[in-house]
Amino acid sequence: MSMPFYVSPEQLMKDRADYARKGIARGRSVVVVQYDDGIAFATENSSRALHKVSEIYDRIAFAAVGKYNEFENLRVAGVRYADLRGYSYDRVDVTARGLANAYAQTLGTVFTTESKPLEVELVVAEVGRDADGDQIYRLAYDGSVTDEHGWVVMGGQAERLGAVVGEEWRSGLSLREVLAVAVGALGAPAEDGGEQRSIPASQLEVAVLDRTRPRRAFRRLQGALLEDLLRA
Amino acid sequence: MTHADPSASGRLPHAFTTPGSSSFVDFLAGHAPDLLPGNRPVPAGEVLAPHGTTIVALTFDGGVVLAGDRRATMGSMIASREIEKVFPADEYSAVGIAGTAGLAVELVRLFQLELEHYEKIEGSLLSLDGKANRLATMIRGNLGLAMQGLAVVPLFGGYDLDRRVGRIFSYDVTGGRYEEHDHHAVGSGSVFARGSLKKLWRPGMGADDAVRVAFEALVDAADDDSATGGPDSTRRIWPVVATVTEAGYLRVGDDQLATVAAASEERRRTEHTDRGGAR
Repeated sequence: MSMPFYVSPEQLMKDRADYARKGIARGRSVVVVQYDDGIAFATENSSRALHKVSEIYDRIAFAAVGKYNEFENLRVAGVRYADLRGYSYDRVDVTARGLANAYAQTLGTVFTTESKPLEVELVVAEVGRDADGDQIYRLAYDGSVTDEHGWVVMGGQAERLGAVVGEEWRSGLSLREVLAVAVGALGAPAEDGGEQRSIPASQLEVAVLDRTRPRRAFRRLQGALLEDLLRA
Repeated sequence: MTHADPSASGRLPHAFTTPGSSSFVDFLAGHAPDLLPGNRPVPAGEVLAPHGTTIVALTFDGGVVLAGDRRATMGSMIASREIEKVFPADEYSAVGIAGTAGLAVELVRLFQLELEHYEKIEGSLLSLDGKANRLATMIRGNLGLAMQGLAVVPLFGGYDLDRRVGRIFSYDVTGGRYEEHDHHAVGSGSVFARGSLKKLWRPGMGADDAVRVAFEALVDAADDDSATGGPDSTRRIWPVVATVTEAGYLRVGDDQLATVAAASEERRRTEHTDRGGAR
């Protein structure tokens, strides 16, 4: 019987991280931005059925980039987690923080113990009664969590697009204004000196957590409504 | 088991990440069966618990009305005079429940969650028949309790988005599902309510007329059934009346009900002028 080669833990983790990062970078980016009445999510997605942004609970939404089957599985798990918690306690006891923790443990365990890490990056967001109560958690493939304020960009061009959003975003913008920022960032050139693309509404997946809605805050923006909002 | 307990690491248990079912009840049955209402042992013998009573439903042009009185009884005592027994099941359907109040409320909560869970996971609404069948399955799960006197009998109504009409479904304790036409009532006062509905219901009614007819049916039920509460103008407690149309579930406001109640009382009063009780 031959001895397996020794691989240092540092190398092992680095290889896994590289693998996950490559998988995530292949996908299109998702932009999450806060506005005065809630949190908006935008991504380029021509499918009307395979969503990257979805509702988890009354005030909580989920956005993901990476491998569809893996984040879809996590989304369903999140809906089950939230519904079970709300059923055994009360609807107000379901929080984004609890869900983000459950996701972080899951992603972290898979990253360290299984042969292949999950090639996903997630955002779990919850709207509060006012903008100060909003929570946005970003979860990486290795289970690390960051508490973000204002905006997040994940996916292939995250750093480049993040710089664009970071430059234009201010607190207290209206929905129309943040959508202009988000869609502008999604269409930003991939390289310096490239051309700005304009993305038609039919190629966009846009959703909001609207704090003014009574119970279920999540709403998809599509069709004529979205076109109207995108008109400058 | 060769695998270590997955929950020990803090990650979500396998039941959460298992693909397949879009049903919350099925998920509960696999992961936490003790949370399902039908799965709990009940002490032998009769259990005295509050009972909810009469629910009426009728269709009108463009939707359906569900209404329930506000009384819960325990034996000959009034357990509550402001219990609510008609609930939105989701955006396009409503459910009213007669029978053991505690179980009924829990069942409604589970049913609402079942529909919302499906909607979130599948990204689309269940068909109205699909919703009615899910409710039948849940009632069937309660059969053991029903046999011990803790029966729950729902009346389900909704707007069918495919056929563009309001439809009504009734159930028996064994989970039998029956589609009703035009109107129906369940609960202890249902005999009197049905008689009233038969005489007052007309094809092609509008929403306001339908609300009035539902209200009258409950008043007639309360007139002859001691377990059904009539409108309480002293405390301003009105029946819960809801319409479900293409625009969704809408609970009729107290102001409109107060007007309907006043008109109904006035009409009944004029029918009985010059006649007091026997003396």
